[in-house]
Amino acid sequence: MEQSLTRTGKANAVKDKSFSRNNMVYRKRRLINIFNMGASTLAMVFGLFWLFWILWTLLRFGIEGMSTEVFTQITPPPGSQGGLANAIVGSLQMTFFGTLIGTPIGILAGVYLAEYGNRGWLAPATRFINDILLSAPSIVIGLFIYEVYVISVGHFSGWAGSLALSLLVIPVVVRTTENMLRLVPNSLREAAIALGAPQWKVTMYVTLRSAKAGVITGILLAVARISGETAPLLFTALNNQFWSDMNQPMANLPIVIFQFAMSPYEDWHRLAWAGALLITLSVLTLNIVARWMGRQKTQSH
Amino acid sequence: MEKYKNTSHLKRQMQIDALFRISTRFFAFFVLAMLLGILFSLLVGSLPALKHFGWGFLTSTEWDPVAENFGALVPIYGTLMTSFIALLIGVPVSFGIALFLTELSPPWLKRPLGIAVELLAGIPSIIYGMWGLFVFAPWFGDHIQPWIIDNMGELPLIGFLFQGAPMGIGIFTAGLILAIMVIPFIASVMRDVFEVVPPMLKESAYGLGATTWEVVRNVVLPYTKTGVIGGIMLGLGRALGETMAVTFVIGNSTIFASGLFDAGNSIASSLANEFAEATSELHLSALISLGLILFFITFVVLACSKLLLLQLKKQEGRHS
Amino acid sequence: MTENASKLQVKDLNFYYGNYQALKGINLEIPANQVTAFIGPSGCGKSTLLRVFNRMFELYPGMRAEGEILLDGENILARDVDINLLRAKIGMVFQKPTPFPMSIYDNITFGVKLYENLSRVDMDERVEWALKKAALWNEVKDKLKQSGNSLSGGQQQRLCIARAVATRPEVVLLDEPTSALDPISTAHIEELIHELKADYTIAIVTHNMQQAARVSDYTAYMYLGDLVEFGETDGIFTAPKKKATEDYITGKFG
Repeated sequence: MEQSLTRTGKANAVKDKSFSRNNMVYRKRRLINIFNMGASTLAMVFGLFWLFWILWTLLRFGIEGMSTEVFTQITPPPGSQGGLANAIVGSLQMTFFGTLIGTPIGILAGVYLAEYGNRGWLAPATRFINDILLSAPSIVIGLFIYEVYVISVGHFSGWAGSLALSLLVIPVVVRTTENMLRLVPNSLREAAIALGAPQWKVTMYVTLRSAKAGVITGILLAVARISGETAPLLFTALNNQFWSDMNQPMANLPIVIFQFAMSPYEDWHRLAWAGALLITLSVLTLNIVARWMGRQKTQSH
Repeated sequence: MEKYKNTSHLKRQMQIDALFRISTRFFAFFVLAMLLGILFSLLVGSLPALKHFGWGFLTSTEWDPVAENFGALVPIYGTLMTSFIALLIGVPVSFGIALFLTELSPPWLKRPLGIAVELLAGIPSIIYGMWGLFVFAPWFGDHIQPWIIDNMGELPLIGFLFQGAPMGIGIFTAGLILAIMVIPFIASVMRDVFEVVPPMLKESAYGLGATTWEVVRNVVLPYTKTGVIGGIMLGLGRALGETMAVTFVIGNSTIFASGLFDAGNSIASSLANEFAEATSELHLSALISLGLILFFITFVVLACSKLLLLQLKKQEGRHS
Repeated sequence: MTENASKLQVKDLNFYYGNYQALKGINLEIPANQVTAFIGPSGCGKSTLLRVFNRMFELYPGMRAEGEILLDGENILARDVDINLLRAKIGMVFQKPTPFPMSIYDNITFGVKLYENLSRVDMDERVEWALKKAALWNEVKDKLKQSGNSLSGGQQQRLCIARAVATRPEVVLLDEPTSALDPISTAHIEELIHELKADYTIAIVTHNMQQAARVSDYTAYMYLGDLVEFGETDGIFTAPKKKATEDYITGKFG
């Protein structure tokens, strides 16, 4: 006891010295802090720098390459006039069918996870795998469709492309559907069940409907994701210089951009930039609309 | 009579209910089966090459479609090296951005900056590739690379990394573009996990007179450690599997080169370049084997990331 | 009012959350080496006032304080005051225990290391001293390397008190320090507050009127951002001068 008192005395002896601006320890700490906060600000500037550089490049070359022919004529051989009409339509078609196939599967799986997924092994396992598929390399999805569809049919086709895209849609829709359904208050479900409604009606007409905006947000995000994807189409839809139906190799914007940009021809480069601007604008617009819708939804809760 | 009618109605409803439950269950299972299907089909497709080359496939640097002699080391090296560079640059920058957004940004700037970072994530990868090939690589090759080669090429031990011709494209450029691409992913995960730190915990540290940096370094980072690592792994998963941005700028050379400025190849870029043109069965199978390796690596990385993030969630639950 | 010198003098303090005025013209002197309690119904501004003393509110946008608060005669709301130094001089303990994600030992040394460069031996002594002050030493002396999270809630809160006193501040702010604790831990902490006032000036916000009566020497009753009554605790509880204070204390409202 005696000893601890003297310790206390000693510890208090330096008291007045410590809290001043000239304190060496503090001066060093302040410098470290200023340095690191400066570095953090620089990192932010660094990130924005690339964003603006890329967007500026895209706008400059993209607008230069833009013309009405881009929308009215089909992809030209090098050295002649042409546009991207067949690629634009091909992209729209494949995106449409990809979404059409993937969405119902994704919604139903999402419903299972949210409504029935509180016990058993299937739901946690699916949730885990789904999150992995969400960021799995899309080129591998393309390989998979090549192996199971293209080989058995014997040729590349628009349908193969749609299938590959649909496999990318599913995880996105599963994730958002589950999240959005979980936001629906349980009292709403109970109220519907208390009226004597069977489970499927509760889910389809009450729960899903009240989560509608959120689910649509998820679908839009999925569309945004697949409309910029190139890799899964490389060995599924391939490319086509002409108009084609879904059973033939099909032109699409990302691959035309890839092919034209990698070529040595100046006029192909111009078209590639125009296509790049189109794709980016539509993807960013979709993203913004989706986020705006998502925000409306979360605010109303 | 009335009662009987009710029970038959009830029975039908129960049947529909069961049908509904089973069909949602089926599609949940479908998602699982998708993964197994991918794995299985890749395995089947890669069997011929794996049988033909054995384990040597992983260690050989040969890639000769004419002589039908294939080894995976060059693309594996390219994939790992570009992803490593991407993390080396991307992680500190993402951390800085997350720190800026959570602690430093004036409130009116937070939203626009957050949206800007998300825009960066929304740009399709092919755009990054084109920009890299047509704009960045020439500028880098003309203005930055010669300086680095002159000044760092002679350094002991690490000098060899910086030797070579200033072509603009190559492994380093691919890594840098990957870094720009993964920054938004890592930064937004970091920002989200930083925001779950209870304000009271941070106030306790501020209350002792700690600076912002000390609060982040000693309280925020240890508290969110697993989440931060999870975010980095997520970014790594993205970088490993990225195809288009890399294909444009890596140079697509099948010859092994250790320098950062040399042209190289990644698994994804090999697939993108050669798959549609591969005609022999062995060549196709070798490419599919590459896909299998890529899928395996990313699966492990993403699974680790997911597990870490799950662990953080549990910990968060325990604290509150 | 008293023979004690005042440690903190609050002069015409107004506080705003955006357009909402949370504190209205507060004037108050907190005496040195005494315990001053702030009571009042939820939303009366007592926690807000506490958070002005170490300028904690500045972490959040849209909040501002007008007026003066003098700590030993120096205005701490002045622009040129170094906020980190200020907070080092004024320790704070929160409603819930907030052990940092590190060992018990490191929790204590965290604040000390910020301003002092102590040798290993001195640091060990300081840790022991602080933990003894917080009446926690005997319970944790064998597990200083364990995580602060491994302690019970009451122990965690005493760890936070030890952490606050380890830097040897001049004022300790306690923001409902026992609201998340069981009665036994609460009794421990109240005892502690009594002992700490020999070295520190203490300001405590509490919901619990019995607690205010038990631990404090002075009591301030606040209502809707106004300081209604301030004086010695005995006086406030036995013979309040204002009707509103009496109503609150006797439980007629609030």
